[in-house]
Amino acid sequence: MFPTPIERSSRSWQITYQALLPFALILWLLPLIAVAIFSVKPDADFANANYWGWPSSFEGITNYGLVFTGSDMPQYLLNSFKITIPTVIGAVALSCMTGFALGVYKFKANIWIFFMFVAGNFVPFQILMVPVRDLTLQMGLYNTITGLVLFHIAFQTGFCTLFMRNFIRALPFELIEAARVEGVSEWRIFWFVVLPLMKPAIAALAVLIFTFIWNDYFWAVVLTQGVESQPVTAGITSFNAQFRAAYHLMSAGSIVAAIPPVAMFFLMQKHFIAGLTLGAVK
Amino acid sequence: MAQATIARDHQSSWWHRNQQQVTPWLFLAPGILFFLFYVIFPIFQSFNLSLYEWDGLGKAEFVGLYNYEELYWDDAFYTSLKNNVVWLVLYLAAIPAGLFIALFLNQTVTGIRLYKSLFFFPFVISQVVVGLVFTWFYDPTFGILNVVLGAVGLPPINVLGDENWVTIGIIVAGLWPQTAYCMILYLTGLNAVDPEQIEAGRLDGAKGWRMLWYIIVPQLRPATFIAFVVTIIGALRSFDLISIMTNGGPFGASRVLSFYMFEVALSEYGFRMGYGAAIAVVLFLIMLAFIAYFLWSMYKEEKAR
Repeated sequence: MFPTPIERSSRSWQITYQALLPFALILWLLPLIAVAIFSVKPDADFANANYWGWPSSFEGITNYGLVFTGSDMPQYLLNSFKITIPTVIGAVALSCMTGFALGVYKFKANIWIFFMFVAGNFVPFQILMVPVRDLTLQMGLYNTITGLVLFHIAFQTGFCTLFMRNFIRALPFELIEAARVEGVSEWRIFWFVVLPLMKPAIAALAVLIFTFIWNDYFWAVVLTQGVESQPVTAGITSFNAQFRAAYHLMSAGSIVAAIPPVAMFFLMQKHFIAGLTLGAVK
Repeated sequence: MAQATIARDHQSSWWHRNQQQVTPWLFLAPGILFFLFYVIFPIFQSFNLSLYEWDGLGKAEFVGLYNYEELYWDDAFYTSLKNNVVWLVLYLAAIPAGLFIALFLNQTVTGIRLYKSLFFFPFVISQVVVGLVFTWFYDPTFGILNVVLGAVGLPPINVLGDENWVTIGIIVAGLWPQTAYCMILYLTGLNAVDPEQIEAGRLDGAKGWRMLWYIIVPQLRPATFIAFVVTIIGALRSFDLISIMTNGGPFGASRVLSFYMFEVALSEYGFRMGYGAAIAVVLFLIMLAFIAYFLWSMYKEEKAR
């Protein structure tokens, strides 16, 4: 193990390390801690220039209550869920199929199709912006949740295919061959042999895509406009305009907007990290 | 009756014989169609569109390479291009920084798992929130940055209002989540480092930096490659933070190509789709150099298998 394990080092370094850890963590998360404290401060603290000091009183319930009752935040949150969940399902379903096809079968075009997905996934969004916006307008889906979801599914399929294909490649191929010898049809091999083995990959992708899509800002701004369809990342800008200079409410709003992916991360941590670091080790 | 059976036999045997050739295409079809429709074709459409003058509503007028000629004389374009280079270079700092934190956290003391996930936290949060927080951090009237600067006797600076500092200020905000990402890649990589090689290195008297550089870093190559890919892409895609923190200002000093493109095509500056597409094409060509390199590396690896 590198660096040298702490329990094999000198006593004084052990103590220093134990003390350094929480200190470093607080320093690292200082921006977040500040927002969390901001969000429970009363309005008066900001008027009295008590920005970074201790809150003069704890107004968490008032502040968060106002976010939920005095703004469009609940609608934005709902929109975010309505955009994120179908996208996760769609992208994972499509990429289970493409990943299976590219991971199991050998045919000439295989690697080129795979590279098409990979290259498309790396493309800067901006080159797609004008045509995709125009396309969405023409289909009558501009400023609708459906329009945003369809695009997200298509774009995420690139990354998901890369992920699934590499995962399937690492599965024991003998299983598939054995099934073929038994005369099991290809479709049933996919459904009964490969898919059950893909569960960890599906879980990992689902959390990753959930976070990516929840945090998307660019496409939300390009393809949607109003309260009825904008997700929370885009909505927070109008929220902030509504509560200009009301730092306690802006903080509370930001925290509300950040909670779903954070909760997802903590609940599915193992899968999340497995997904993010696939390929980081040989 | 007998004929029908024969026909069906014939059909099923055709299917039986060609099943393994046909199945992958059936599985690929929906994914490929979606991807072609929404990702691949639009790339070519953008190339085409960059030869037109179009406001997004009326008729597009063919202008040849005029948009590119205009780019050539456009100062704002060069500012954006320069900032893109600055982003690319400074953003790479996330890789060593991530490695450093990963080394710091690669221990087995109690509670270290919680520490690791809390250090990873910034990556999970939306860049919109990150941008907002850092805007307050830099704020000239109450930002904590100037409080700290004042405490050590330095004059206050208005980071986001100063043309020379603004891009660096935004990059620092972007480095926060990106470092967390690189850290998690390296933590996973460090887990897989071969302990025997470390012991062998120790016997040979390698330690500290020499051990890190000659024994650990070479084994972290796959993690470094991924960190490099995601950091480059992240740097070239930077949009959210700029939009939230400065909206390109002051006086366009913090624009990058992706933001300038958006501004030209979809904001109060007018709806110049063709000109925007031309900027996007330039950005795409820069990215293409990296994409080609990434694909080449992957291709070599596939061949080696």
